[in-house]
Amino acid sequence: MMSLTLRIWRQRDRTKKGKMVTYHVTDVSPDMSFLEMLDVLNEKLILDGDDPVAFDHDCREGICGSCGLMINGIAHGPEQATVCQLHMRSFSDGDVLDIEPWRAGGFPVVKDLAVDRSAFDRIISAGGFISAPTGTAPEAHSTPVPKKNSDAAFDAATCIGCGACVAACPNGSAMLFTAAKVAHLGLMPQGQPERDTRVLKMVAQQDAEDFGGCSNIGECSAVCPKGISMETISRLNHDLLGALRAGAVPMS
Amino acid sequence: MSCVTVRSPGCHVGTGLTFGPVATVTTQPAQRRAPKTGRFDSSVVKKTVMAVSGIIMILYLLAHMVGNLKAFSGAESFNSYSGWIRTIGEPALPTQTVLWIIRLVLLAAVVLHFWAAISLWRQARRARPVPYVTKKRVQQSFASRTVRWGGLILALFIIWHILDLTLGAVNPVGHDSTPYDRLVASFSNIPITLFYVVSMVLLGLHLRHGIFAATQTLGQTNKKRERAVNGLAYVVAGVITVGFLLVPLSVAFGLID
Repeated sequence: MMSLTLRIWRQRDRTKKGKMVTYHVTDVSPDMSFLEMLDVLNEKLILDGDDPVAFDHDCREGICGSCGLMINGIAHGPEQATVCQLHMRSFSDGDVLDIEPWRAGGFPVVKDLAVDRSAFDRIISAGGFISAPTGTAPEAHSTPVPKKNSDAAFDAATCIGCGACVAACPNGSAMLFTAAKVAHLGLMPQGQPERDTRVLKMVAQQDAEDFGGCSNIGECSAVCPKGISMETISRLNHDLLGALRAGAVPMS
Repeated sequence: MSCVTVRSPGCHVGTGLTFGPVATVTTQPAQRRAPKTGRFDSSVVKKTVMAVSGIIMILYLLAHMVGNLKAFSGAESFNSYSGWIRTIGEPALPTQTVLWIIRLVLLAAVVLHFWAAISLWRQARRARPVPYVTKKRVQQSFASRTVRWGGLILALFIIWHILDLTLGAVNPVGHDSTPYDRLVASFSNIPITLFYVVSMVLLGLHLRHGIFAATQTLGQTNKKRERAVNGLAYVVAGVITVGFLLVPLSVAFGLID
């Protein structure tokens, strides 16, 4: 069993000023996930009549993208996985851990460690879709996709939209997220009709949401729990320049 | 009791639950922000301006570096090269035509590079209004981290460099001298040489990150090319840095006088 000192960002809501508050947790099993360790802390806070720490979580199996914390200055902590898949065996007894929310202009703090990531939804609704008739699914083999493209599209499609890329980026840029969506759809035949307008609209929306520009530093990819490559950003840039050359105009 | 919205399902104000408050946070849909529609409002277009202007400056730097190396073949060769730049195209073109075309293209490249850098820097500051209490670097290079401040120092260097060796305004032997005299006079002075050396090392770091970033911004990198692009960045940055340092250090150590 481990004992830890946690310094956690507490903020009542987005209008109040927040601060780091120190807590001690004991009886932490190395087999607990990081979120389970926070559950233990919250149970103790509730029993003591204190306000529990708010943090986002849902599936707890690393596929939904809800959880995400800065742990000692690294998005999702020391392993390249989501916080729910991070286990306490990655830490040592007596560690002092700073736990903060994602910090970005586009991710205002809702409360404590929970941030509002609806900016990502708005980037998706700006162009992260294909227009296709619904109804009976077409025969999968009727539209062949080269193996190379389907592999690259699948790699990009593994993005779960957790926001770690924005959190880690020194520019607070959401370009890895945007690029993953642009690359995913742009590599598929079904994504071609809207390929030019998609990249223009999604980049314009990411800029409008108070995210920064990419300066190719690579922190995003290094913390991405899905290992989305910087290659996708190059693909986004390539698509955007191609769209401008083809005469497509940036629009809202 | 803390409830972010009154509609939060877990938010039961005053229900008298004995185990205390339940933390439930729902995300309020924020106002949709309208994107700007101008072509040059796009951060990717700004980066492209930065990449293209940077490439123009790199090509100039390579030519400038080769010209500098003429200092090794003596004062006459160096000065006549300087004269030749002013007389290219004569008599078909008036004196200094080509030189002024080069100067104007370079001026445009510097201004655009600077505009894009400042604009993206401001966007990055808006994007992180509250800093982290603790932030660690995972993989970023020193070169990528210093590219903005390094660039500002290089801008100051360029101004000083033109005042010193082109115009001679701040040169120890003044403006009524030959280019070769100004070169020797400047680099016989230890503080000036040190400033030059520091600036060239910063230039090397700037180019090492800039060449990779430009390739990426123009959409030309992928996983397969990553090693080659990084290799190219190191080689070009290294050649330019060493090439520009050879002449001043040779003067400083008395190999050229």
